[in-house]
Amino acid sequence: MIEFHLDPRSGVAPYLQIVQQVHQALLLGLLSEGDQLPTVKQVVATVAINPNTVLKAYRELERDGLAAAKPGVGTFITRSLGQASLAEQAPLRDELEEWLKRARAAALSDPGIQALFHRALRESAERDT
Amino acid sequence: MTAIIQARQLAKRYGQRAALSNCTLSVPSGRVVGLVGPNGAGKSTLLKLACGMLAPSSGTITVLGHRPGAGSAQISRVAFVAQDAPVYPALSIADHLKLGARLNPRWNQAYATARIADLHLDPAQRAGRLSGGQRAQLALTLATGKQPDLLILDEPVASLDPLARRDFLRQLMQDVAEHGTSVVLSSHLISDLELVCDHLIVLSASHVRLTGDVERLTATHHRITCARRDPATLPAGLHVIAAEHTDRQSTFIVHSDTPPPKGDWAIDPVGLEELVLTYMEHDRGRDPGPGGDSAAADQDSADQGSEVAR
Repeated sequence: MIEFHLDPRSGVAPYLQIVQQVHQALLLGLLSEGDQLPTVKQVVATVAINPNTVLKAYRELERDGLAAAKPGVGTFITRSLGQASLAEQAPLRDELEEWLKRARAAALSDPGIQALFHRALRESAERDT
Repeated sequence: MTAIIQARQLAKRYGQRAALSNCTLSVPSGRVVGLVGPNGAGKSTLLKLACGMLAPSSGTITVLGHRPGAGSAQISRVAFVAQDAPVYPALSIADHLKLGARLNPRWNQAYATARIADLHLDPAQRAGRLSGGQRAQLALTLATGKQPDLLILDEPVASLDPLARRDFLRQLMQDVAEHGTSVVLSSHLISDLELVCDHLIVLSASHVRLTGDVERLTATHHRITCARRDPATLPAGLHVIAAEHTDRQSTFIVHSDTPPPKGDWAIDPVGLEELVLTYMEHDRGRDPGPGGDSAAADQDSADQGSEVAR
């Protein structure tokens, strides 16, 4: 079972923080196919957030095909993003590191790089929806 | 969806002083509503009107479809915890639960005693000897033990230390998850409520400044940063809530139902806390008379609320 940690100051919507933490746990192999996610009641009992926020995050994971709800039992992981996907990511990571080198060569600071990345990420997500 | 609280032109005056003016809003059921505003904004007045402890000077309010405090059926469906969680200091915890059982037709004694045990409280303990956090938990147990459809809490965490505050909100969210109770809770700090509320009412100087589902409010407000410019030159459809200028830069908080168009500016989301402060700041120092600027803004935001409720 995993636990969620929410930061209201992060600027990321709370439900999205839960979605991201499930993705991360899948990537790190902390979660794999068949594992149960904490129930809504368990989550709100540890982090004091609105139950609807948890439901919304779980619905989003279901839409992504990563989890499925079994009525009366809970929500379960239906797909692994384990080692295979880490291997798939290697070339992307290499490209990103190349890009980071170029950004530093262009005298961009780390906060500058982060701001640039976040803006590009958000704007590309907005274009796609 | 049915509205759990519906107010039309609701007002309360104490002599010459207006405690609440021109309040029109509609709160959908099943929400955790954050009622936010500075001290003296009229939060307690609105909550007392909603539970029938005060009668309106003018206008109407209905709660769960009926006039607040109208008959025992209505009273049994609404629970109210006043500021600082008042309890009877000389009575024990067990006595409080006995009172709860005698006074409330829908009382769930098994639930209430289990909760007191979960909190590691001794039922024989006198309420006067409890810490602030324990007293708040006892009051919450009494309020939820009557199994209300609507739970109203006036500044429930204001006097609690951060740990007790978190415990209280955890317990409250568990109740919401388990029973689907609608909740209205007030605070002068939005940061207390940021993670728990999904609907917001901002009050300042006795007027409703902003109301709606949090998700919709954050989706329709944006921060635009650009080279210094006149707000009038921004694209149509962007309603400027606040503008700040330096010698070369302008920052606008805008309201817009659709995402702002791309341009030679940066568009960023606005956090809940900043949004609340923006609306309070926007209205500070104004004398919001009826029919004035702010009254129009109230109408505007009330329309947004009912739009969400549909």
